[in-house]
Amino acid sequence: MSTVVLLALTGLGLGALYFLVASGLSLIFGLMDVLNFAHGALMSVGAYGTWWAASGHLPGAGPGGAGFALAVVFGTAVGTVAAVLLELAVIRPLYARPREQILATVGVGLAVPALLSAIWGADARPFPGPEALSGTVGLLGAEVPLNRLVLIAAALVVLAALRLFLGRTRHGLVVRAGVEDRAMVTALGIDVRKAFTLVFAIGGAAAALGGAIGGLYFGSVDPEQGTSLLIFAFVVVVMGGMGSLTGAALASVAVGLVQQFANYYTTAGLGDLAVVVLLAALLLIRPRGLTGRLA
Amino acid sequence: MTTATRPRGETRAADRPPVTRSERFRRATRWWPALPLVVLFLVPYSALPLPGLLDGPIGSPGNLQLLSLCLVFGALATGYDLLLGRTGLLSFGHALYFAAGTYVTNTIMLEAGLPFAVSAPLGLLAGVALSALLGAVSLRVTGIGFSMVTLAFAQAASILVQRDPGGVTGGEEGRAAPADKLPAALIGIEHTANLYWVALAYLVVVLLVVQWAVRSPTGRVWEGIKENERRVEVLGLRPYGFKLTAFVLAGALAALGGIVHLLLTGGATPQTTTSDFTLSLLVMVVLGGSGTRWGPLAGGILYTWADHRLGDLSGSGAVTGLPAVLRVPLSQPLFLLGALFVAVIYLLPGGLVRLPARLRAARTLRAATGGKAAL
Repeated sequence: MSTVVLLALTGLGLGALYFLVASGLSLIFGLMDVLNFAHGALMSVGAYGTWWAASGHLPGAGPGGAGFALAVVFGTAVGTVAAVLLELAVIRPLYARPREQILATVGVGLAVPALLSAIWGADARPFPGPEALSGTVGLLGAEVPLNRLVLIAAALVVLAALRLFLGRTRHGLVVRAGVEDRAMVTALGIDVRKAFTLVFAIGGAAAALGGAIGGLYFGSVDPEQGTSLLIFAFVVVVMGGMGSLTGAALASVAVGLVQQFANYYTTAGLGDLAVVVLLAALLLIRPRGLTGRLA
Repeated sequence: MTTATRPRGETRAADRPPVTRSERFRRATRWWPALPLVVLFLVPYSALPLPGLLDGPIGSPGNLQLLSLCLVFGALATGYDLLLGRTGLLSFGHALYFAAGTYVTNTIMLEAGLPFAVSAPLGLLAGVALSALLGAVSLRVTGIGFSMVTLAFAQAASILVQRDPGGVTGGEEGRAAPADKLPAALIGIEHTANLYWVALAYLVVVLLVVQWAVRSPTGRVWEGIKENERRVEVLGLRPYGFKLTAFVLAGALAALGGIVHLLLTGGATPQTTTSDFTLSLLVMVVLGGSGTRWGPLAGGILYTWADHRLGDLSGSGAVTGLPAVLRVPLSQPLFLLGALFVAVIYLLPGGLVRLPARLRAARTLRAATGGKAAL
């Protein structure tokens, strides 16, 4: 029983991490038809920003308590700025050339981890975290590490905030309408390009937050961390339906749980394999039905 | 009548010499690729140093190894462009067919104990079969869906290889090729020149096959599919079969490249199965110029050279003397290549091979505007 609880919560924690990456990816693809290969790099930027601040480089920030919260805020802010820069400098000049947009994000996705490893080395760095979050908590007879719960809480907060934003604000309305039919929104005289930048900022913030808290989960940061998660985020995006936030949330929970349980109860690695094969199967069985916009 | 034919005869007589001269010139220059080929063939006999570009004489084993890798990756990129630039298919799983050639050949040699001459055709066959099977499945979806299905298949294979089922693939270390199963003329540092010629032969084969395929009637349909798939359908052709042909042909060329790479590096490594490997092929093609005859080759050579040499250059005195702001990014070849890639996408749509034409156009434009300003 305790194993099942631990696996379930670890799976949910992993799912929460996937959701943080996939939510922005899904919105970006839904609105702009750009498959952002640099999204994993944004996550790495957030992780390194937090690590840099928490290791005492930022005044006021540190590995414990309020200092760590400040470090997370700093990391998220750096990731957001990076995402906005990416949209303005790389994506925006290529609006007329959709395939080149994807290729450009591939280039950024290669360059950013290389830059990170040039500055801080290719090896994993230990991630400083507050003492309070490094322990475990007894839950239904299992000793669950707290960082899983932190991840789940962060994902829930992001989900709630995004739902409120999309459902209750005017900008959210524009984004939702743009996902539905971009041409119509433009025809109604709304500058949908502002929504593009906004969606990139949101996606970058969520991914960077994922990187910051993911550092606690993994216990270390390395330049390729975000990129290696990207493929699972793609799985989540496709499963959940591109552009759908609730879909992404449900899919990330399913993917995280399947991965954890399959890796534990069958041979290690089979869970990862199962999830990736699931992606191919889903796309083949329902190429249009899942999303309606894929073809 | 006679008055009418006379001037015609005169014009023909007057026109003939320039026509034949240009014709002869055109025929002679058609064979210009033979010249670089001869030069490339003779490279192992040369002791010419290329300071900055290569370390030491050009014919030294280390440099021959690097040049062979450049040629193999140039050829691989040319094969990959059959999908990207000729048919318009963005596949993210090309590494899989390359790795199939490498791993199947190596595993048959190691596990079944068969000689290279037997296992290499089997490896090629495995690449063809795998690309036919997975291509048939992946091509059922179009657009970005196709890219993601190919990515998923390649990633699944990559995970499988790294998990090392039954100790067959060697996991994260990969497995060295058994020296006793390889032809004696292709192992050892003293035979690097032979390996170089194998790589050169592979490049020639790929260039010829791609050129022949693109000029064939099937190649015309590929071009049509790239421009407008719907229109091809309207013409009464089914794009699926043509796309599958391109996919299998590219897969076969990649598997062959995998076998040559196995010979060159003396083993199979899991790095060749990752999606990063496919992305690097993509970078090579776009860097050089997608959909052109020489672009992917140029991109592949440039990328491979930069990937190997820039790391060495960053340790040299010229770079270590620079301030940290410049030195740190320069130490990472992938950063430079990624940045160069993005820059080419923006500034040079069509890749590096379009650079001479663009410069010429810019010069004529400047000459024209300059002339106007003078008036």
